[in-house]
Amino acid sequence: MNTERFDMENIDIAWCPGCGNFGILKALKTALVEIDIKPEKLVMVSGIGQAAKIPHYLKTSIFNGLHGRALPPATAIKAVNSDLTVIAESGDGDMYGEGGNHFIHAIRRNPDITNIIHNNMVYGLTKGQASPTSQSGFITPVQVNGTHSEPFNPVAVAISLDVSFIARAFAGDHEQTKEIMKKAIIHQGYSIVDILQPCVTFNKLNTYKWFKDHTYYLEDNYDPFDRTEAFKRAIEKDKFPLGIFYINPDKPCFNETLPVYSASTTPLFRREMDIEKLVSLVNSKRAG
Amino acid sequence: MGNSILKKTEAISIVLCGEAGHGIQTVEQILTRLLKLSGFHIFATKEYMSRVRGGSNSTEIRVSSERVSSLLNRIDILIPFDHAALKHVKKRISNETVILADREIIADKENNNDLNWIDVPFSRIASEIGGTIYTNILSAGIIAGLLKVGVDDLDHYIEQFFSPGDKNTIGKNRNAAKKGYEIAQELINSGKIKIDVARNAGVTEEIIINGAEAVGIGAIAGGCNFISSYPMSPSTAVLTFLSRNARDFNLISEQAEDEISAINMALGAWYAGGRAMVTTSGGGFALMEEAVGLAGMIESPIVIHLAQRPGPATGLPTRTEQGDLQLALYSGHGEFPKIIFAPGKLEDAVYLTHQAFNLADKYQIPVFILTDQYFMDSYYNLPSLNLSETRITQYIAKTDQDYKRYRLSKDGISPRGIPGYGEGLVLADSDEHDEEGHITEDLDLRIEMVNKRLAKLRGITEEAIPPELVGREDYRTLVIGWGSTFHVICEALDNLERTDVAFLHFKQVYPVHPDTLEYLKKAEHTIMIEGNATCQFGRLVKITTGFDINDKILKYNGIQFTVEEVGEQIKAILGREE
Repeated sequence: MNTERFDMENIDIAWCPGCGNFGILKALKTALVEIDIKPEKLVMVSGIGQAAKIPHYLKTSIFNGLHGRALPPATAIKAVNSDLTVIAESGDGDMYGEGGNHFIHAIRRNPDITNIIHNNMVYGLTKGQASPTSQSGFITPVQVNGTHSEPFNPVAVAISLDVSFIARAFAGDHEQTKEIMKKAIIHQGYSIVDILQPCVTFNKLNTYKWFKDHTYYLEDNYDPFDRTEAFKRAIEKDKFPLGIFYINPDKPCFNETLPVYSASTTPLFRREMDIEKLVSLVNSKRAG
Repeated sequence: MGNSILKKTEAISIVLCGEAGHGIQTVEQILTRLLKLSGFHIFATKEYMSRVRGGSNSTEIRVSSERVSSLLNRIDILIPFDHAALKHVKKRISNETVILADREIIADKENNNDLNWIDVPFSRIASEIGGTIYTNILSAGIIAGLLKVGVDDLDHYIEQFFSPGDKNTIGKNRNAAKKGYEIAQELINSGKIKIDVARNAGVTEEIIINGAEAVGIGAIAGGCNFISSYPMSPSTAVLTFLSRNARDFNLISEQAEDEISAINMALGAWYAGGRAMVTTSGGGFALMEEAVGLAGMIESPIVIHLAQRPGPATGLPTRTEQGDLQLALYSGHGEFPKIIFAPGKLEDAVYLTHQAFNLADKYQIPVFILTDQYFMDSYYNLPSLNLSETRITQYIAKTDQDYKRYRLSKDGISPRGIPGYGEGLVLADSDEHDEEGHITEDLDLRIEMVNKRLAKLRGITEEAIPPELVGREDYRTLVIGWGSTFHVICEALDNLERTDVAFLHFKQVYPVHPDTLEYLKKAEHTIMIEGNATCQFGRLVKITTGFDINDKILKYNGIQFTVEEVGEQIKAILGREE
């Protein structure tokens, strides 16, 4: 598939050769072209980290904000202009660590945005410390005796909060990652794609081979509408299941709950304040 | 009953004090509106503890034949709802203060005799009506009666106030109000209390609002269509006001999971074409600070309402202070311009909040509205609001294919595009960036970008709102203040009757208006009045103008300055100087 509309010329990419991010970028661009998203109708939102630089590497509008804070602006961008496709994309440290509270509340709020998380189980940009998803015992320059915290399980957390859409992909599988991304972007509601990804520089444990050996795809007859089964699969420890774990088709999106959209979907910047209504609001203060 | 006699002709200061849960706020709501509708000028404010039940809270209601808009120390009539209430306002009680109370229940040995009691059997009467919970409406009835509000007007208002509701409860409240009214008649007939405050028919038609409503109305007038905040006293009332009016004004109101999310949402909203604000206080704003810097870097407009309360940390959550000027001024790391407004009058809060949206949009910077608990919670009547002076100015540019979000320009302002409007792409990046908005480490470009952002300061300063001089131009002593102390200082100076003392009030505290130094140099003596411990605005004036202010009057116990306090302290300074 020709991804020209999103391709950028002469860019100096800050990722290491062999980084899983390249595969994710390619899958994303292909997915966007295949579902025919126009660059001028797309906003890529990110925080800080190596993964969070991804908006700079495809031709579109971007909001590259603060560390951990991609989801609040992404939610608001979609809220004031529902014509835009909004994708929040960052790493595991950004989304699950610094931004963990927003992750939880985005699931509850259910904005119609897609959240793609590059999960390499390590901090890359700060050079190799543990991330919230690092496996127990993972030794780093800071966690010198191995990390002792239970790894954050985004899939189980999301299902426990009855998320709208949650999937897990593996960056080494371009085709499946792209297909999962397409479904997530098309899905109406908050759709999460956690992408397992090796960090070739700082994570010598969770390599391409390790992920191949420790993942499997959910079966063809797996039912993504069965929340209990989804949760069972989410907490499996020997191997990480890949694919769409769970879809809740009945959850209203954030915008659908807002009175401003009860009559029209016109973006807010095209609307005008009704001064007569303001005058009567002020006048109502005469009567007490 | 004793021999108490209270005679008041021009104005009266009434204080109700009791536990949270005694319904004092209800009395405040009823009396301010009812008395205004009856033609009295009204001012009301409250001080309260950070608890839902218990403690001691008080409300001050001033009723006058002329405009009133500031806190007094003096109490003419006190209605204490419990024994603790008497202790709570003890310092404000004088031999002139008349205390309407169940003397046996409220008084103790130490103050039984030297105070001006008028014994009213509140508990017995309230119990006869249906329970002690009716004490508050009984009190409202007494005050309405003492001020000779029409008994039918009172009854009608009470009925309306509690409707729709349980008929039995409405009936009991009406009874309580009527019973209170009768008690007032007896007090008047017996000659114990005589109040003849003149009414003005015109006042009936005036509006009555508080600071929170003024900020909210101003936000709507400025085109606010997005508010995201986390509840925090004393700023929450603005969120409540805008939420209540969201449907009518195409406004999205969202309670965020924390203040960090709130302000980052607001920035996302501006990026996509919304006009957003946050409302917060103290620690909540401290959490927002990183994103103030984000606004600085991505050159995003944002309106921040910061209702100050005493800190540091949790401090005194429900009380007032002007302690966060420096916090706002230096908020966010790095160097970038901002504007800080600090309204003193309610109408200024409307106008300035509206203007904050236009200036934030024009200069693509954070604009602050700095208020405080006192300002948020103070009500008074005013003729109207001149909305014809307000205008929503939009600065959104339609983009073309060559659009660059941060195109370098002489005045620092680059046209602000939004995604989805035009053919261009809109890039916002918290890293230092190139003209397009992509990350850069080109250090020469870095200098250009810093200069571009700071270049806006020139335009901002040129547009600064001048300070307001109250009094004669040929002053010898100049009193300086900012924000919520405006009316208190004005009234104190009125009482002082000194033509050689004038007052310079700043409703824009940053950037400081260029004429400031001229005003200061003209004075033989200068006095700064601020509700904080370190004279924050005085220091800002010094940094900006090089001028050393001679004297300071500072207060930081969590309560607003009273008119008397300001008057006495100015008098003391003048006495020493002469």
